[in-house]
Amino acid sequence: MIKRFIYSQKVAPYVFVFPFVAIFLVFWVYPLLSSFGMSFQHVTLGQEAEWTGMDNYQKLMGDGVFLKSIGNSALYMVLTLVILIPFPMLLAVLINNKWMWGREFFKSAFFFPALTSVVVAGTIFRLMFGEMEGSLINSVLGVFGIEPVKFLKGHLTGFVALLALATWRWTGVNILYFLSGLKNIPEEYYEAASIDGASAFQKFTRITMPLLKPTTIYVLTISIYAGLAMFIESLMLWNGNNSPKNIGLTIVGYLYRQGIEKNNLGYAAAVGIVLLAVTMIINLTQLAFSGMFKKED
Amino acid sequence: MKKKWLMLLLVVTMTTMLWGCGKSSNSAEGKTSVLDGGAGDTATELSYWTFVELHGQHFKKMLEKWNAANPDRQIKLNVTVMPYDDMHNKLSIAVQTGVGAPDIADIEIGKFPDFLKGTPQLEPLNDVVEPYKDTIVQSQIDMYSKEGKVYGLSTHVGASVAFYNTEILKEAGVDYKSIVTWDDFKKAGMQVYEKTGKYMGTADTSAGWEASMMLAQQKSDFTDDAGKPIVNSDAMVKGLKVLKDLQDNNVIATIAGGQPDTEEAYGEFNEGKYATAFMPLWMMSRYTNYMPDLSGKIALAPIPVMEKGMPRSYGGGGTGTVVTKTAKDVQLAKDFIAYAKLSLDANIEIWNTLGFDPINMDVWNMKDVTHNPENQFVKYFVNNPFDVLNDIKDEIRLIKSTPASPTINNVLYTTTLNEIFEDGRDIKEALDDAQAQIEQELK
Repeated sequence: MIKRFIYSQKVAPYVFVFPFVAIFLVFWVYPLLSSFGMSFQHVTLGQEAEWTGMDNYQKLMGDGVFLKSIGNSALYMVLTLVILIPFPMLLAVLINNKWMWGREFFKSAFFFPALTSVVVAGTIFRLMFGEMEGSLINSVLGVFGIEPVKFLKGHLTGFVALLALATWRWTGVNILYFLSGLKNIPEEYYEAASIDGASAFQKFTRITMPLLKPTTIYVLTISIYAGLAMFIESLMLWNGNNSPKNIGLTIVGYLYRQGIEKNNLGYAAAVGIVLLAVTMIINLTQLAFSGMFKKED
Repeated sequence: MKKKWLMLLLVVTMTTMLWGCGKSSNSAEGKTSVLDGGAGDTATELSYWTFVELHGQHFKKMLEKWNAANPDRQIKLNVTVMPYDDMHNKLSIAVQTGVGAPDIADIEIGKFPDFLKGTPQLEPLNDVVEPYKDTIVQSQIDMYSKEGKVYGLSTHVGASVAFYNTEILKEAGVDYKSIVTWDDFKKAGMQVYEKTGKYMGTADTSAGWEASMMLAQQKSDFTDDAGKPIVNSDAMVKGLKVLKDLQDNNVIATIAGGQPDTEEAYGEFNEGKYATAFMPLWMMSRYTNYMPDLSGKIALAPIPVMEKGMPRSYGGGGTGTVVTKTAKDVQLAKDFIAYAKLSLDANIEIWNTLGFDPINMDVWNMKDVTHNPENQFVKYFVNNPFDVLNDIKDEIRLIKSTPASPTINNVLYTTTLNEIFEDGRDIKEALDDAQAQIEQELK
């Protein structure tokens, strides 16, 4: 009986899938539903929660700091997309080119930053972008006769530092995604195109880009999510969750401030649900437009 | 070929994720060390969390004395030092859920009201405070109390003073002793800037030491008697206007880090770029620890006032040591912290080890303690700190800590002061916005 059960072809797949499903249910679905419930409550740890209906959401809509954090996260997301998709793609094509020398070196050099911890990287970037004359970036600017800049105190300059960190850290990872995509494009297509007299630029736009589309969509999807969910980079760069004038406050940062720092978990749950909704709407729209939901031919 | 790439990708992503996890948990756990203080095998082990490494040193000394005096109630102390935000966040979750809290912990005054919300998950300390009540400053007990119950034991008074760099002042021909009012300070500062190109002081944006001192000298506060925020009061506007005027005349300027008590600012002070810091007395320990180049150059003096006769100081900052409800041996923990913080010995050691102004003000008059030539703080500073302290003794005002304080601090020190001193925004406008934001958040 047991033997028949174990060897049953119908049961086996479920057995193998079970661990994933169990973890998914316990650590994803349950917390998700529970936060959804919490977002309609006033929750203080260790004390009875009370239902407050839409109160948290109503408060959110009039909360200037929350709107600012959405603005910051959205801006960060858009800018990382603008930087971290085209450039890694071009670099990947360059590295993949058979005339390129030192390919292995560049691959690892670009990827290396991703191996460092954000905590360390953030701290070093904070020091580099320090407002003292002696900080690295200001010393470099000083060579060109530019006055020291208070990078981490201004909205624009703060974002420069934040994007510099993101670019430094994620370029290599995205290059890797694109390289693996490039490996899937058969060499014959390029040969055929050469015979037909296509230029390098035409080959890139007509062969490489369309065939990289699945990879691009994947990178786009995770980048949208990563951009909106960014938190630690900002936390480390400003040495805490309280950046001057909240220039570095992200949605998750605000969730952390309300939930953990102010022990207002119901309100924080509402912030989290809004973040989830925003991310889902953007990503589903994006995936629908790029035709990911269409059946394969 | 395809598979190989996929494998590499998988392996790399997985290791990156693992690396990330390992790193963050390491840095979040903090540094733990066990102090046995000469305790035997029967000693009770108590755990203690703090955000100031130096506080552990004080406990070490007091623990040795305690264990020697109480052989049947000996203690081993597990001290864990964590960064400020980290420790308070963790402690807050631990005491509220009743899981994982230490027996004893330090809570900073700015965070203390959060721990008093609802039913405090801390042990009342009234019985152990009682014997020392007459020897310590009453307001230091009230600061950590709620509805007549004391929950935290104060560390110091934190009387605020001016720290002047006499080397810079000498270069500019200024005598700090003649500075009484802000007008005097402005004149001196303009002279310093003209002669040396250095700033007389800082315009703080990330902390409220200066804002508090301006309010205190006008006998005002961030909150009214009922504890409601009044950050756009006339006194606040007037106080910040004085500072803004100083900034406009190159007397004070914003500093890296936003206030004197930050790593970046220590460096700027150490290099002699700013001549004055207006800080609570515990700033002394930062000088001796982080600004060695200024040894023998820093003099203490009362803070300037708007008009002669106004109170010249206020108690700034503070740390309350608490016993949690989940402590292993509540009575032992309570007795020990009372001994380690309130006894006369403790108050003397707090000055000796930490350089803080003790809450037992009798110590302020013990010449052999305060003027001990071997003391590192006496050696470092130009004049004796207690000469200044005893001069302003009756003028030390209290800035209240209320349930609204954490929110007020957050709004003022992340947004408002930056808008005023970095962006030059109109003071009244910025404060009105702050008041509205604070009211909205407290709803």
